[in-house]
Amino acid sequence: MTETGARLLVADDNKVNRLLLARSLELQGHRVASAENGAIALDMLAREAFDLLLLDMEMPELDGFQVLERLARDARLRDLPVIVTSSLEGVATIVRCIELGADDYLHKPINPVLLKARIDSSLEKKRLRDQQQELVRRFATSEVAQDLQQSGFALGGRRVQGTVMFSDIRGFTAMVESQPPEETIELLNAYYALMFDAISGHGGVVNQMIGDGLMAIFGAPLPLAEPPRAAVGAALDMIEMVELLNVDRAAAQKAPIRIGIGIASGEMVAGYTGTKARATYTCIGDTVNLAARLEAHTKRAQRPILIDAATQAALAGDIATDALGDVLFDGKAAAVAVFAVHATA
Amino acid sequence: MEEIDRTTFAELQAAAGAEFVAELVDTFLEEAPQMLAELRRALAEGNADRFRRAAHSLKSNSHTFGALALGAMARELELGGLPPDAAPIDRLDAAYARAAAALTRLARLDHD
Repeated sequence: MTETGARLLVADDNKVNRLLLARSLELQGHRVASAENGAIALDMLAREAFDLLLLDMEMPELDGFQVLERLARDARLRDLPVIVTSSLEGVATIVRCIELGADDYLHKPINPVLLKARIDSSLEKKRLRDQQQELVRRFATSEVAQDLQQSGFALGGRRVQGTVMFSDIRGFTAMVESQPPEETIELLNAYYALMFDAISGHGGVVNQMIGDGLMAIFGAPLPLAEPPRAAVGAALDMIEMVELLNVDRAAAQKAPIRIGIGIASGEMVAGYTGTKARATYTCIGDTVNLAARLEAHTKRAQRPILIDAATQAALAGDIATDALGDVLFDGKAAAVAVFAVHATA
Repeated sequence: MEEIDRTTFAELQAAAGAEFVAELVDTFLEEAPQMLAELRRALAEGNADRFRRAAHSLKSNSHTFGALALGAMARELELGGLPPDAAPIDRLDAAYARAAAALTRLARLDHD
């Protein structure tokens, strides 16, 4: 991949080296800023975002080794790719640079072709690293991150009123067995992207993904005006998005997918569970169990969205539903009223 | 030995552009006398680290332009520690004068 327009910082006390390096990099399509010594370079790195640092070793004020040491200690700059450019001699210098965290070492005078190859490779590595961080950020949803920031991290729960949703793909296991694994992952990625959009678009938080199934919470950790209404709105969007996905799949001669969604509202215990090192925000209680049972029941009921009585009552008739009568679920003492939401599918 | 290695110089021009290299030569001709002065100062003060750094800079730039003789002499000073007297710096001055004249000629030759 050729990364164009990356923002690079050149740190070199020698003016000829600085100008020449900046020129080479600009000719490769990058934007370049320069620093005359290590102290100035660190100052610029603190104030502006750079994709990569080209670092000379022999510099007054702070030399290259000291810059590498400072970068390693800085949580924000630790991952900045650094390519050392130096005419210092001896393998020991190169080893020390690499040990201090430099990505690469280019001996001066620098061959422009080699320079381009090393820069492209470092930028590609940075892109992958950024992608990974973005993934981590996506799993810890912004709502949860915000809640964590405001309330601090504490394992243990509190009672909240909210709505829980479970969703999964019908016949997924058979599909996995009949198609190459790459296709399954591709499908899951497309599916999850759409479902996340629909759920977060209505203020919900996806807190669990297992295979083709997901669990979402509406009304916690952050309060939501009308969690039941938001959850049903999200469910309708999800059905619509799956239909759009099926149009693409039909064009590619692939079988359509169907999803089932169960929704229940009421009191639940919400909080962070796990250990200090690895925890997840989750909800437990009867409401959660009921939502899971309703989702499983969509298969038998042949309706894509099933909701409980509390959710149905909160809709106040604004969204059409059919009463399917009482159903006795496993693990429940009494039968519960089940309602199906009118969906286009 | 040829003052300036023509292949190195031509490659530099091909990579960075002849016009840019002419400007870069001008910059070098402004900077190098300061490095030579720094060498003398560091020797007078007995500061081996500054002496080594100035020699290192001069070596690095000499190699960039293909000034091989000048680069080789600067390298000897970089790796050799403080000399007993200023004689090596005098020789370096003379080598610099020859390299500077050759570089000026080359830069103009291809640029005008």
